[in-house]
Amino acid sequence: MNSPIYIMWLRQIKRYWRSKPRVIGSLAQPLLFLVALGFGFGPIFEKAGGGNYLEFLAPGIIAMTVLSNSLFNGIEIIWDKQFGFLKETLVSPVPRYKIILGRIFGGATVATIQGIIVLLISLIIGFKPINIFMIPLAIFFMFLISTLFAGVGTSIASKLEDMQGFQLIVNFIFMPLFFLSGALFPFTDLPLFLSKIIKLNPLAYGVDGLRFSLTGISNLSLLLDFFVLFISSIIIIIIGSYLFSKTEV
Amino acid sequence: MIEVKDLVKKFDNISAVDHISFNVEKGEIFAFLGPNGAGKTTTIKMLTTLLTPTSGEIKINGFLANDKKDEVRHSFGIVFQDESLDEDLTAYENMEFHAVLYGIKKGLRKKRIEELLKLVELWERKDDLVKHFSGGMKRRLEIARGLVHHPKVLFLDEPTLGLDPQTRNFLWEYIKKLNKQEGMTVFLTTHYMEEADKISDRIAIIDKGKIVMIGTSKEIKEKTNSDLLEKAFLKLTGKPIREEFANNLDHMRLRRRIFRGRR
Repeated sequence: MNSPIYIMWLRQIKRYWRSKPRVIGSLAQPLLFLVALGFGFGPIFEKAGGGNYLEFLAPGIIAMTVLSNSLFNGIEIIWDKQFGFLKETLVSPVPRYKIILGRIFGGATVATIQGIIVLLISLIIGFKPINIFMIPLAIFFMFLISTLFAGVGTSIASKLEDMQGFQLIVNFIFMPLFFLSGALFPFTDLPLFLSKIIKLNPLAYGVDGLRFSLTGISNLSLLLDFFVLFISSIIIIIIGSYLFSKTEV
Repeated sequence: MIEVKDLVKKFDNISAVDHISFNVEKGEIFAFLGPNGAGKTTTIKMLTTLLTPTSGEIKINGFLANDKKDEVRHSFGIVFQDESLDEDLTAYENMEFHAVLYGIKKGLRKKRIEELLKLVELWERKDDLVKHFSGGMKRRLEIARGLVHHPKVLFLDEPTLGLDPQTRNFLWEYIKKLNKQEGMTVFLTTHYMEEADKISDRIAIIDKGKIVMIGTSKEIKEKTNSDLLEKAFLKLTGKPIREEFANNLDHMRLRRRIFRGRR
């Protein structure tokens, strides 16, 4: 392969593969959530007639893993700025949008792999997907979510110089994105204003698509899920390319 | 090969580069000397398309830098002042990454990478991660990488900073050879006056964003009545230390950019 997008992508995969602590470290949180929330809230959820909570929760935690990994992936741009490698890509005769696409797909692939690992872990804990043959669809949705939020993380990082600032901002948007996505609770019987807010959150469509592929339950429609994620990904890639093209080192 | 006309770069109304003009001929080794904060690195950044000039014109290899960015980028190679390798990749992977970005086809890519890594004596270590390399090895690798796409112009921004005499000697010998054999134009900055004196055909001395003198080392020494280039340099730029001013300027730029980013 002789494409800049591919080599940018490959670089991120290699970096990911070579940093085992990062792989393991970023799995601790989803595991804790699965065990603590899954078993902790399980009995109440069941008494309230919600069914098996782990079945409900697992797709949400997979979405959370994918969300945080893809958002925080943007930090690699700041890393490259500080360690000088960004200059190497910026002096090269490669259109800026290709550089950004390679980065976004690299980050999205890494986040998807992390999502798959959490899916495997949840299988071990006792999660049972409704249909094994639907798992590729679930992985596809993981990739859509990752692409969108790797784009968001990358766009934010394009405008920043320091890692602390980036972490602050990303933490600030991560919480509402995650809690208001239907990952932890169903949003069918919520107060109207809350369910309206959730419907403005693109992650909600990702969670819904994932939950449908893994458990067959869906609040929205699969086609809608797909289009919302797809179109917002394209928009964010355009924004990211623009912001990145303005980067000066 | 490099034509600069009336180039200006301002940061918050402070001119880091203030109306400079010069030409570098094909096959020339041209040294750009000046105290810290004089505008050397800012100039190199503009010449290499990393910064957009406030005003003025730059032509590299006949292409306007503002207009034909990609042609310009194909024309030059650069060794940066600070490190710019990916330490989590191997030496070979760093070279390969560069070659792919410059669109070099696979067969040629392999041949050139092998050639260059052997030349800088890193072929044996090609599969080691760069983070295990010493400063001198990293520098050699960066130079090899800057040459993968056979640039017409090589920019060297303080390439020998912090290197031992052996590595410095090796680097200059190699760059001279390339310059002679391939007719490659070299544009360099350095703080080591003897090096500049020895290697370069012509020298420009820059201070506070302006070129104060330009010519061969001999001409500069004659005009300033000095026996050494170092003395001529001090006569032209004065003795006060400039570190503080440079740092402030750098800080300001950084703070301003962070602030703009957060808004």
